[in-house]
Amino acid sequence: MSASAPAVSAPVPLSRRLRSFAVSWASQIGITVAFAALWLLFIFGAPSVFLSDRIYLSFAQTVPYFAIVALFLTMVIVAGDIDLSFIGEMPLCMVGFTFTWQATGSAELGFFAAIGVGILCGLFNGAVVTIIGIPSLVVTIGTQFLFSGLALVLLNGKSTPLVTTNSSFIYWLLVGKVGSIPIDFFWFLILAVVAWALLNRHRLGHNAYVIGDNKQAAQLMGVPIRRTRIMLFVLVGMASAITGMMNSLSLNNFFPGVGSGYLVYTLAAVFIGGTSVFGGRGSIYGTFLGAFMIGGLEAGIVAMGLTAYFVTPIQGAIILIAVSIHAILQQRLR
Amino acid sequence: MPTGERESARQSASSEQILAALEPEAASEAGPRKRLELRHISKSFGGVRVLKDVNLDLNSSEVLGLLGDNGAGKSTLIKIITGVHGADEGQILLDGKPITGLNVQRARQLGIETVFQERALADQLPLWRNIFIGRAESGPLGFLKVGAMRRTTADLMGESMGFTSTVLTPNTPVQGLSGGERQGLAIVRALHFHAEIVILDEPTMGLSLKETDKLIHFVESIRAAGKSAIFIDHNIFHVYSVSDRIVVLDRGRIAGQFATSRYSLNELMEIMREVASTGSYTEKERYRDVEGAPTKTEGER
Repeated sequence: MSASAPAVSAPVPLSRRLRSFAVSWASQIGITVAFAALWLLFIFGAPSVFLSDRIYLSFAQTVPYFAIVALFLTMVIVAGDIDLSFIGEMPLCMVGFTFTWQATGSAELGFFAAIGVGILCGLFNGAVVTIIGIPSLVVTIGTQFLFSGLALVLLNGKSTPLVTTNSSFIYWLLVGKVGSIPIDFFWFLILAVVAWALLNRHRLGHNAYVIGDNKQAAQLMGVPIRRTRIMLFVLVGMASAITGMMNSLSLNNFFPGVGSGYLVYTLAAVFIGGTSVFGGRGSIYGTFLGAFMIGGLEAGIVAMGLTAYFVTPIQGAIILIAVSIHAILQQRLR
Repeated sequence: MPTGERESARQSASSEQILAALEPEAASEAGPRKRLELRHISKSFGGVRVLKDVNLDLNSSEVLGLLGDNGAGKSTLIKIITGVHGADEGQILLDGKPITGLNVQRARQLGIETVFQERALADQLPLWRNIFIGRAESGPLGFLKVGAMRRTTADLMGESMGFTSTVLTPNTPVQGLSGGERQGLAIVRALHFHAEIVILDEPTMGLSLKETDKLIHFVESIRAAGKSAIFIDHNIFHVYSVSDRIVVLDRGRIAGQFATSRYSLNELMEIMREVASTGSYTEKERYRDVEGAPTKTEGER
């Protein structure tokens, strides 16, 4: 028989290759088209605003605040979990920063303390989810209250001025400027590459995809399920620490409610980007564009002359449209 | 229809191709040798004893059929051999040496591979990721060697799975595959990593007649290569036609072992019926010694 029949027997027709490409990258193509359409709408609707660099400099500063966590949350959701506790992790990590900074006078040590608290929060989430075996949705609702409440208790509900950190290296590293571009945008870019590499080119992401797609398969084939899931929660904790510091340092003030407004934006960025809530499917590229879509809407709508009241309903509509496009693409292009 | 074309293009896959992938070595002429021995294995889940003092041997060049009703403990036994669960009591020996700290990774390193069928495939993930579930090739920092894994997958698809269709690439998600193709993938995945003992868990489930034939050929090729297989199925016809020896599990115990060369299919079915109703097989005068079966099992009877 044709045991040696080569896999490349006949040249593949272009239409088939295109189709195969479209199937493989449906989600990414969908989000790219949606992103381009939205941005073209803004440019035509408000050319003076969307063709100047000032609006982009503004996005470069504000979008990373909720989008850095979204990058790593994407990985958690790909593995079939979810983490809603990051808005509690942000203030608790900042408590670590503030206490260490006040005790030692070093904002650099404060940075490491904040990261350390983020790691501990992630370990705690991961341990409760995997060892006790409670769904992460429930656990992280609980720890969201726990972490943010703990921050309030530890600070007695008061905010802390951080003006004197402005001369520190950490201040420049997290909220400085490179030329005229806010540095947190570069962090967002770097961390997006890191998250992409971890999800698509690393054992961690390989295992995350398998766990999210078919947990039974992961178990039968010896995937380290517990370790992988815990590690993903830890990454979100670290991202929360970074974001909490960026946000507080840029305001020169740490108030215990830091990050509380980001929950919906962060989740929206992930789901607009095409990541499946059921796990096994998702992309960092999608989340990256999704973040700018949800983050750009407010400015875009107001710049186009609508009142701010329109922002929320249009955001809602955009989320629904984006998620519907992803669902339809998935069903059609099997 | 493109789907129709795909089907016919891929139907050219033949059992010979799967056979060829096995690189059959000459079966050892020194006669059967014990590969795997289970000694007094017991296992309970939440107070329910699923396995009670199970003793089982598997020889080289042997296909062992495992039969039993739902809840007889077949899959628990398999999961203990493959390291998914640990046994509460008892010992597992491989080539005469006791194995300690058995888990899935270790079992695979030792050459125990399981074909779990589609239960162990990740639907939305591309073929190459499915081939390498649980043992991705990666560098020292854990970064994947994606190119190498894709190439391996493409080679396996061409040579072993007989996927000649140009629509399927290593990047194709598994959800686009037919039942037979999925099975080919699951089998090739097990064999690519030099399996010595292949465990097939309900392998004929959901297969067409033609695909079942192919599977039977494949199992026979395992024996021809001097390797061992455990074939678990609810279908006695399939098990009988392919096995050298059949072990009947009932309510967590081994109810009997029968060499297929000495029992007709009808006799076996009668025995199975009796086991199902009484929990054991008592027709002593018809019981004949099973070649290679441990004396302990005989003593128990």
